Amino acid sequence: MSPRPAPALDVDTLLDDPDTRIVVCCGAGGVGKTTTSAALAIRAAERGRRTVVLTIDPARRLAQALGLDALGNEPGRVAAARGDLHAMMLDMRRTFDEMVHTHAEPERAEAIIANPFYQTISSSFSGTQEYMAMEKLGQLAATGEWDLIVVDTPPSRSALDFLDAPQRMSTFLDGRMIRLLSAPARAGGRGLRKLVGAGFSLFAKGVSTILGGQMLADASAFVQAFDTMFGGFRERATATYALLRSPGTAFLVVAAPEPDALREAAYFVDRLASDEMPLAGLVLNRTHPVLADLSATQARAAAEGLRSAPLAAAVLRLHADRVDLADREQRLLSRFTGAHPGVAVARVPAIAGDIADLDGLREVGERLAASTDSAAQPLRSAR
Amino acid sequence: MSGKGGTGKTTVAAALALALASDGRRTLLVEVEGRQGIAQLFDTAPLPYEERRIAIAPGGGEVRALAVDAEAALLEYFELFYRLGMAGRTLRRMGAVEFATTLAPGLRDVLLTGKVKECVNRRDAGGRPVYDAVVLDAPPTGRVVSFLDVTKAMADLARTGPIHSQAAGVVQVLHSPLTAVHLVTLLEDLPVTETLETVDELTAAGFPVGTVIVNRVRQQWLPDRSVAAAAGGRVDSGRIRSGLASAGLDLPAGVIDGLVAETVEHAVRVHGEAAALARLEEAAALPRLELPQLVEGVDLGSLYELAEALVEQGVGEPAVSEVGS
Repeated sequence: MSPRPAPALDVDTLLDDPDTRIVVCCGAGGVGKTTTSAALAIRAAERGRRTVVLTIDPARRLAQALGLDALGNEPGRVAAARGDLHAMMLDMRRTFDEMVHTHAEPERAEAIIANPFYQTISSSFSGTQEYMAMEKLGQLAATGEWDLIVVDTPPSRSALDFLDAPQRMSTFLDGRMIRLLSAPARAGGRGLRKLVGAGFSLFAKGVSTILGGQMLADASAFVQAFDTMFGGFRERATATYALLRSPGTAFLVVAAPEPDALREAAYFVDRLASDEMPLAGLVLNRTHPVLADLSATQARAAAEGLRSAPLAAAVLRLHADRVDLADREQRLLSRFTGAHPGVAVARVPAIAGDIADLDGLREVGERLAASTDSAAQPLRSAR
Repeated sequence: MSGKGGTGKTTVAAALALALASDGRRTLLVEVEGRQGIAQLFDTAPLPYEERRIAIAPGGGEVRALAVDAEAALLEYFELFYRLGMAGRTLRRMGAVEFATTLAPGLRDVLLTGKVKECVNRRDAGGRPVYDAVVLDAPPTGRVVSFLDVTKAMADLARTGPIHSQAAGVVQVLHSPLTAVHLVTLLEDLPVTETLETVDELTAAGFPVGTVIVNRVRQQWLPDRSVAAAAGGRVDSGRIRSGLASAGLDLPAGVIDGLVAETVEHAVRVHGEAAALARLEEAAALPRLELPQLVEGVDLGSLYELAEALVEQGVGEPAVSEVGS
């Protein structure tokens, strides 16, 4: 007996619901998060909601389709969309600069921005992009201008980074560690020093030997300058985190029918549950449903005898391959739904060729929404 | 081994380590991103920071695996140069070690590549290299050049000290003929674009680019002359119907329509793959290897299949693999 099919994710109901204010698309790299976000945003806008999509690192042609090549860190109208659609691309450095200016008086802000250590943090610290995406989301939500905000998430190593990075960054910026390292004797870390004995002093000395005194001095100056605005930073991050947990937010976990991507998706689903964050469902991109009811065995057997009709033989063989592929995708999905039976799923059949314009994105949106029927008609098992 | 996310670079790295270990050789497969991708692939418990055997190659060779962890590598240094003793573990628990490696992103990369370099250079009692080859499952194309570019990372570090000399050694190995950076791609637009961009970046930074490995190559069934027309939606369903009938298959119209739709999608894909391949050939005169799509997905058995496919294409025979496919 085959397992009960997953409930279908009803994308249009989700997008049309005035209570849905934020949709966050997350998942492993390379599964089509950005495309999914853009397609959802266009669909929502064309169904009448004032929508903005925050993309992180769109491929060039997708960016052009959204008019993003001419736009910066603020939402710009997508003129070709039939509805009120705005799009923007996250500029993490500029977002960070603006935050510094918001939270510190001009002189101090300039000092922070000029610090070489700030340059490192704002461009290459591994959590900055996630932190700034959260910050931007908070800003967009605070304007109250948008019916719906669709958020793409950074191409992280792991989907969980989006939730963990802001915390990591807060820990990093809160200054305790840098004070310990740059002046372990004075930092009020006596209790701590007792704990690790001479080890910490040695460690601090070693770190300063490795990194050089200048870097530690820069880092220390940065953290001191940052100290006064840190409270503001953390407050913002906490507020955005609360926003993500509110009922107006819907997380969509995006995956491709590959074991790695689905494993990431499973981790993320578990994590959302333990953080009590609202999961709307799984978007399974690039599936290959069988379109003709004929078993692979039968197709291959018939192809064997078809020397005289090469086209028909080719058609049978490519169909048989597709049946095998669809079976495999179904098995992978069943493994996921078996472990997460309550999660609604939208299957998005692969579009042959590249998605390079709004029509392509509309087609993805159609397929996302059409998958409502797929629970009633599960993938044919054409064996 | 690098490649765009989702192209299967970990799988290909593992297959290459197996292929290079065949006939009694020994290779080391290294991961650096804390993902435990190797353990998942070989279906074993998470790897510790320690080289251990994970597979026997065809002909009796051996593949060992190592998950390098920047924090553990840093503590290893402290152990070596400062005799940190038991404090290391406490420091780690406090987050001090993570903090130090976060402070200078370059330090993290130097520690990771430094460990790889140490494995490459390690010799046995007889003076022979312990490993015939070290295969590094490197970060994806977006990050790989900055990861390997230790020269730049060294700007973050003090100009003296043990790590600095370690970094200098890394630069030497990575820019020497000992190293080749291989890129995994799929025959799709974005992965090919990233591959070509990365080839340029690697070349500009002075890294020896090795082979482009085209992964998940799928079977093409349509006769060449039919592809373009079919990709444009022109499929002669009458001819298909009569062909099927001659094989005794009398299918309802709905099924024929479905077969036609599948054929068009197949043709569009084949057409796109040919265009992607042409872009690769045109832009980069690089050796190329191909690995087939495994419909059943990748398990331990199929890793051997992929390794075999690499060996058949000349991997592991130096004279041939220099020339490539």
